[in-house]
Amino acid sequence: MKRSLSVALLLIFSMTACRRPQPQAAQAASAPLKVGLVFDVGGRGDKSFNDSAFRGLQRAAKELGIKYDYIEPAEPADRENALRQFASGDYPLIIAVGFIFTDDVNRVAEAFPKKHFACVDYALEPGQAVPPNVVALKFREQESSFLGGVIAALTSKTKTIGFVGGMDVPLIHKFEAGYRAGAAWADAKVKVLVSYAGVTPQAFKDPAKGEEIALSQIAQGADIIYHASGSTGLGVFEAAREKHILAMGVDSDQYKDAPGFVLTSITKNVDEAVFQVIQRQLEGKFKGGVIELGLKEKGVGYVYDEHNKALIPARAREQAERARALIVADKLQVPFK
Amino acid sequence: MPSTAAIALRGIVKRYPRVIANDGVDLVVDKGTIHAVIGENGAGKSTLMKILYGMVRPDEGSIELAGRPVRFASPREAIAAGIGMVHQHFMLVRPLTVYENVVLGQEPGRALRWDRRQARSEVSRLSKEYGIAVDPEARVAELSVGEEQRVEILKVLYRGARTLILDEPTAVLTPGECEELFATLRRLKQAGSTILFISHKLKEVMALCDRVTVMRRGKTVGEKACAETSREELARLMVGDMEIAESKSSDFRYEAAPETALELESVCVAGPHGRRALSEISLSVAAGEILGVAGVEGNGQRELAQAVCGLLPYYGRIRRAGRAAYIPEDRHRCGLLLCAPAWENMLLGRHREREFSSPLSLDQAAIRRYGRALVSDFDLRPPDLEQRAAAFSGGNQQKIVVGRELSKSPRVLVAAHPTRGVDIGAAALIHDRILRAKAAGCGVLLISADLDELLALCDRIAVLYSGRLMGVLPRGQANLETLGRWMAGLEQA
Amino acid sequence: MRALIKSEGRWITAAAALSLAVLLLGVVGLGRNPALVLRLMVSRVLLSPYGLGQTLYKTTTLIFTGLACALAFRCGLFNIGAEGQVYAGGFLMTAVGLALPGLPAVLLIPLLLVVSALGGGLWALLPGYLKAKRGAHEVITTMMMNFIALALTNYLVMARFHVPETIHTQELPAAASLPLAGAFARTFQGSAVNASLLVALALAAAVWYFLWRTPLGFELRAVGANPEAARSSGVPVESRLFLILVASGALAGLAGVNFILGYKHYFEQGFAAEEGFLGIAVALVAKNHPVGVVFAALLFALLSQAGLALNTVIPRELFEILQSAVIFIVVICQNRLGEKA
Repeated sequence: MKRSLSVALLLIFSMTACRRPQPQAAQAASAPLKVGLVFDVGGRGDKSFNDSAFRGLQRAAKELGIKYDYIEPAEPADRENALRQFASGDYPLIIAVGFIFTDDVNRVAEAFPKKHFACVDYALEPGQAVPPNVVALKFREQESSFLGGVIAALTSKTKTIGFVGGMDVPLIHKFEAGYRAGAAWADAKVKVLVSYAGVTPQAFKDPAKGEEIALSQIAQGADIIYHASGSTGLGVFEAAREKHILAMGVDSDQYKDAPGFVLTSITKNVDEAVFQVIQRQLEGKFKGGVIELGLKEKGVGYVYDEHNKALIPARAREQAERARALIVADKLQVPFK
Repeated sequence: MPSTAAIALRGIVKRYPRVIANDGVDLVVDKGTIHAVIGENGAGKSTLMKILYGMVRPDEGSIELAGRPVRFASPREAIAAGIGMVHQHFMLVRPLTVYENVVLGQEPGRALRWDRRQARSEVSRLSKEYGIAVDPEARVAELSVGEEQRVEILKVLYRGARTLILDEPTAVLTPGECEELFATLRRLKQAGSTILFISHKLKEVMALCDRVTVMRRGKTVGEKACAETSREELARLMVGDMEIAESKSSDFRYEAAPETALELESVCVAGPHGRRALSEISLSVAAGEILGVAGVEGNGQRELAQAVCGLLPYYGRIRRAGRAAYIPEDRHRCGLLLCAPAWENMLLGRHREREFSSPLSLDQAAIRRYGRALVSDFDLRPPDLEQRAAAFSGGNQQKIVVGRELSKSPRVLVAAHPTRGVDIGAAALIHDRILRAKAAGCGVLLISADLDELLALCDRIAVLYSGRLMGVLPRGQANLETLGRWMAGLEQA
Repeated sequence: MRALIKSEGRWITAAAALSLAVLLLGVVGLGRNPALVLRLMVSRVLLSPYGLGQTLYKTTTLIFTGLACALAFRCGLFNIGAEGQVYAGGFLMTAVGLALPGLPAVLLIPLLLVVSALGGGLWALLPGYLKAKRGAHEVITTMMMNFIALALTNYLVMARFHVPETIHTQELPAAASLPLAGAFARTFQGSAVNASLLVALALAAAVWYFLWRTPLGFELRAVGANPEAARSSGVPVESRLFLILVASGALAGLAGVNFILGYKHYFEQGFAAEEGFLGIAVALVAKNHPVGVVFAALLFALLSQAGLALNTVIPRELFEILQSAVIFIVVICQNRLGEKA
């Protein structure tokens, strides 16, 4: 139902979108920049990562006056296909959403050396350079997780907090490492319980498993649980609601998934990253390589608004902001392993 | 004579891509009579009835009911006009009871809570009124074939039919059940109903009907009062100039001490619900002999055929002189690939023979040669090897099956109801070919519900009752009385 | 054969024309300019070598899965497990390819083709056995095997074979690569269409020959047309049912060749998403005829590529609706034709 509704809304949206006057035969100098964005297969409408990238694109259209088009591939083999559609058209900048595009971006970037590419979460293989016309957008999730650890440690009454990871891989280890470090920095006596849901991608889609892990952590005394586990986290929220403890969301603001039981969400601002890349392209400052976004670049953060203000004690907020200032000023190094 | 015609079909034409099924057919049926429509398979009887029942629309012609022109777009409209059809293949919901089946689709009472009591009393009233004996509370699954047919008739009457079409109603009945059906139909006639009786069986037509219309190749070729005609005349009208091959079996000489083609020793086959479908059957068929198996259907004939052909697990011993050729009782279900062309149907079962194939290829030329030979040997019509089996008439479909099986030059043949639902011409031809196989030394197990057929062809006749062998008689000693008693399970030899 | 291509061709052309009409109707309904859409479709798909190449690439996969479904349907079985069989075949092939780094291409490629068919066949083994021995409905069993294949290959890739921070395995040795069309015709450069297309076409011809020209193929079709009649004629129906499912699985198993040997050279989680179901659609439109499968696969590939190439102008959902509309139209038309015949 929700899905069909969103499909209908998107249809309406795209119908209205098309009524915009098309700039015909405009001079290259005055013509707005055209950006092409390729979603992951089935990515659009995920309320997270892909949608966040799209918000960045829309913001750029509004604030920077660019034009954009997007493609949703229907099958894995269409990822490269879609990138090439844009590359062979008049799109100087092409954005791919997701690490899964890494190979495809490499191939197409090689075939179209004059075009610029940006890949969100581009997977850097050790010892391998990013092609000169590709920007790899990476996030220092450990930094925002550090703040999460600070808030959790200073909010907990039992002095025991939990972490539920999705799949046991280096990407998720960054969240865990930052969280642990933040908790220790705020209060060395706080105990951190850590579990992962599994070793396959299924671990990101298993709410039942998430609930089971969360309940066992609660049984061990945890009263705040941070999850970095996709929809597995929905089970964590469920456990929080059942046992009246607090949970912490990830990537985007998850307050609405369990109103009143979400302490805060550790966000990853893909929209910000997308916006910044477009800005650089417009300013002629596009340069291949890795762009890492942390707290300083506003690429990551945590939610503090009217919904959860009341849940976060003043001291926790205070210390978290102090930590933020230290990290931004490079006075505090956050571990990622 | 004043026009009392209940039904008048005039100049009906129905064309199909390959054939003209009805070519200017006239049929006038007087009110309150039993009127037969006879003809070979493919003569156009079924199409005509489907037109009358609103299942098929005619290309030309008119239909009048009691003098008023009508035009049916669907069976629903025909039913509303008082026409009812009792199909050859029953359309009953087996787990439901008799009265539920009768009222199904027209339940009395309100939409969501129908009135079962009224339905029951309505059904028993009908069955009393017309003397149709059947228990309204019985489950259809537990009824005999004859009883199922009575339920079908009740269904039609319940919907207010004053004109009943019965499509080959006796094909599935035992002689006793036939008599009961006829009694029912006569009562219906007395009550003022008009009955259209479709059949192949001239004897029944003469015994039951008032008038008879004969069809051949899509046309009406004659209309007679039964009192003023004879079976011979009707048969001549049906087959036209074609000669009826009078197939007489030469008497089998046992003294020649022939070899055995088929031998069964204490064969048992398990049936449903822990019962035995076949019990301790011992018999033998000599090479060049035809052994008939008579009996009311459902007394183990099917299991016997399938066991002999190795299609059913059994206890005991069966010895065959070679692989048994098999003419199954239901050619649509077990004999033919209806959607496949004629030549593929002729090939089925022989496709592994070296004459037609190597492991990696089928010899198209050899297969066509064989197919054409079969077509001319069996006078297949139309003589088109590419036509789908479904598009042939019943008789021609059966010719394909019989032709294929006999082309194997079998040492053993199991023929189950080989001429059922087949027109006289095709039946004669099939009889002739079975006799030829016998002459060539094939041992034949001929299962049939038609005693005339058995008496005409067989050297000996065995009777099955309730899965047991009641006895075996040489043809010379066989008579209807003895066989009838055995078939009814009354005494054993 | 020529007449056959003609009659099948006419059928698919009709389906194509109808789907185009539905598409333009949808475009007008969305308030877009149908002339522009048509022009873009021609220029981006049919006249662009890259677009054409991608279409042929998609056609290749669909021929494999379409043949798998058509073979099973033709023989009376509803194999909806093609997708799982693609994964099984693709994964086994990748594992064997990674284990044999030293083999020359002339040995390795035929070996991998056989292994992928074997993997697909293996994945249909259990449904085939259950069908033959227990009468278990193949729709249920093959569907379950789909889930198992996806979960199992996902697990194996991540647990054993994957390159860090990706969801695919290591690359196969270079000798295992099938040549891209771009290597011979520069115009196709960049496109993924590769020699697998020739394998697929040869397979379509082989399936046709097998079904219509060999005694075993005849038996399988007879089992599909009327199992009772086949049994009465001495065909061992149960063992043939088993064979049909396994053969169908083997055909589907080969579909991975296109993506793995021809394009990416590694096994990627979920690379064949939906290909099994599209195979069913292809078989339906092709009326389960191998020659028809080639054309129907081309039609669906065109729709898919057009959907992608026009995605910036019209929403992809329209093309998804269109695919279903094609199937609807075809099913309706077939029933009507069936009535008349």
